[in-house]
Amino acid sequence: MKWIGGFSRVRWWSIVLKEFTQLKRDRLTFAMIVGIPIMQTALFGYAINTNPKHLDTAIVSADDTGITRSFIAALQNSSYFKVVATLPSEAAGREALAQGKVLFVINIPAGFTRQLLRHERPSLLIEADATDPTATGSALAAVSGIAQSVVQREITGPLASLASSPPPFDVRIHQLYNPDNITQYFVVPGLTGMVLTLTMVLMTGLAITRERERGTMENLLAMPVTPLEVMTGKLIPYIGIGLIQATIILLAARYVFQVPFFGNIGAVYLSALLFIAANLTVGITFSSLARNQLQAVQLGIFFFLPNIMLSGFMFPFKGMPGWAQAIGNLLPLTYFLRLIRGILLKGNGWADSWPNVWPMMVFTVLLMFVASITYRKTLD
Amino acid sequence: MTAPANAEFAIDVRGLNKHYGEKHVVRDVSLRVRRGEIFGFLGPNGSGKTTTIRMVCGLLKPDSGSGTCLGYDIVRERAEIKRNVGYMTQRFSYWDDLSIIENLDFVARMYEIRDRKAAVRRALETLGLASRGRQLAGSLSGGWKQRMALAACMLHEPSLLLLDEPTAGVDPRARRDFWDELQSLAAQGISVLVSTHYMDEAVRCHKLAYIAYGKLLAQGTAAEVVASQHLTTWAIYGGHLSELQDELRRKPGVEQTVTFGDVLHVSGTDAALLGRTVATAASSSGRRAEPVETGLEDVFIYLMGKTQDNGGGAA
Repeated sequence: MKWIGGFSRVRWWSIVLKEFTQLKRDRLTFAMIVGIPIMQTALFGYAINTNPKHLDTAIVSADDTGITRSFIAALQNSSYFKVVATLPSEAAGREALAQGKVLFVINIPAGFTRQLLRHERPSLLIEADATDPTATGSALAAVSGIAQSVVQREITGPLASLASSPPPFDVRIHQLYNPDNITQYFVVPGLTGMVLTLTMVLMTGLAITRERERGTMENLLAMPVTPLEVMTGKLIPYIGIGLIQATIILLAARYVFQVPFFGNIGAVYLSALLFIAANLTVGITFSSLARNQLQAVQLGIFFFLPNIMLSGFMFPFKGMPGWAQAIGNLLPLTYFLRLIRGILLKGNGWADSWPNVWPMMVFTVLLMFVASITYRKTLD
Repeated sequence: MTAPANAEFAIDVRGLNKHYGEKHVVRDVSLRVRRGEIFGFLGPNGSGKTTTIRMVCGLLKPDSGSGTCLGYDIVRERAEIKRNVGYMTQRFSYWDDLSIIENLDFVARMYEIRDRKAAVRRALETLGLASRGRQLAGSLSGGWKQRMALAACMLHEPSLLLLDEPTAGVDPRARRDFWDELQSLAAQGISVLVSTHYMDEAVRCHKLAYIAYGKLLAQGTAAEVVASQHLTTWAIYGGHLSELQDELRRKPGVEQTVTFGDVLHVSGTDAALLGRTVATAASSSGRRAEPVETGLEDVFIYLMGKTQDNGGGAA
């Protein structure tokens, strides 16, 4: 069969076959062909939830009565709130919010029930961590309906006169840290982490595999330079690049998006440095595993995908199922996002930051260990 | 260069072995290279030349075996060896995206050469690269790349050069120049271990070693290597030799037939038997035959064939 210009089916088919044979040999590409759709389906299909439920809630109650208990029960029944702690004071509630241990604190003032019975319209206070408006939005929207239903269900008999509208008590909502629910406040600082993950892992991965692919690594090793000198020498420029990238995004956050900077900017940079270190160890490990630059890029993409989805960068972390949160908890980005958002938006200090600092340190040290083993193996 | 011991040999290694997984790539290799000697390292592709060189210069740790390079222990004093040896890799392994000067300057820093600028300038001048200093190394032709590589690995004035197929893919003129350079270096007392596939280069070496399937099969001067195989060779002249070659290959006493243009070399270890066979074949086909001296190439082809026949297959 001949086409215009002499299209030969035999030749054409042999090209197709050759392409398949080569794809089959390249195991990592093959893994990507199969792995990416599976991974994406699992992540988008199961892990991501933009209407998160069962959000961690703490109770600070100075008035423990049937009515307050039934209000709390109603909140839980709405499936938006999950009471995980009972705290002694409002200050303890604030601390739990700052550290991101809970998203909501429900404060029930002393004498709430007494005032209610006296028709004095007492107030309940719900404090919400509004850094991520998507996470808290729907739960807060549900609150007033819940209050109404509690009144209708619980207040019967001689007290029925209370069940009038408007409800006999107020629910005041304090949206902390991002009261105007501006998404940019949440997303832009997080971008720092996203961009650093991408460039640090890819660039270091490439920098080292490039030397190996071009054969220059052998030449380096034949010179008196030590592996430690090669490794650290090669990484330093990327630390500088990472800090420049962080600066660009932070400047944009401050002056273009008017993101409030409540915390210490020095602390932001220290966190960025630690985060860069964590990602560099990932890059080194990948560069030891990858046989060429293409594979280094592929490994980078494999790493990048769960980072976007499961770290809480785009989708509410608390809204994900347990397994997805467990994976997310293995990624340094998850901690860095909490750290930088905490410092910038909540003004978190050292004590509030520490719970997110040490996991990154552990990650870095562990991976440094893995990297040094895999790296040494490639030499001998 | 102050060598602690072994003033006589630049390289003196015994019983080197190296495995890559299941593959035994170097088997009991022992080498002795005298100071100021050009030592040729020959053998087919994948025979373990590169691995041996890497073990000698401290890049690879041998699985077993011991020895010294410039008097330094090849297992324990690898750092010293690296500092005093110039190693030129098989593939051009300098940075394509750096200029010649930048490459040389980088190497000079690696060896912590004092007065770096002067060393780089001298290297450029002696190798005739001065006018191309700012050119990117990646844009150089094969011959120039090889000159640059030699300049780079000579920068720190090593007393031993390890050259892994330095002239592969280089044109004949550049090869000749390169070897002239090597010989003048050797005359200055620098020892050279060079691996090659070219016979014209092999004959320019003071000593030779032949390795196949990781085993060292012969070592010595060209004459010693030739003599060690006890081959007798006859030359048969005339055209259309391929039929005669096929016929002779099956005859008694003939162990190897090789054509060099219009000449057919027939070799064997049993001189008398070979003589009778060749005489009969020549007279029946009306060609002229005469005994010639066995050449290095005959011996190498013979060695290669011999290892394939016995034991080679196990590798």
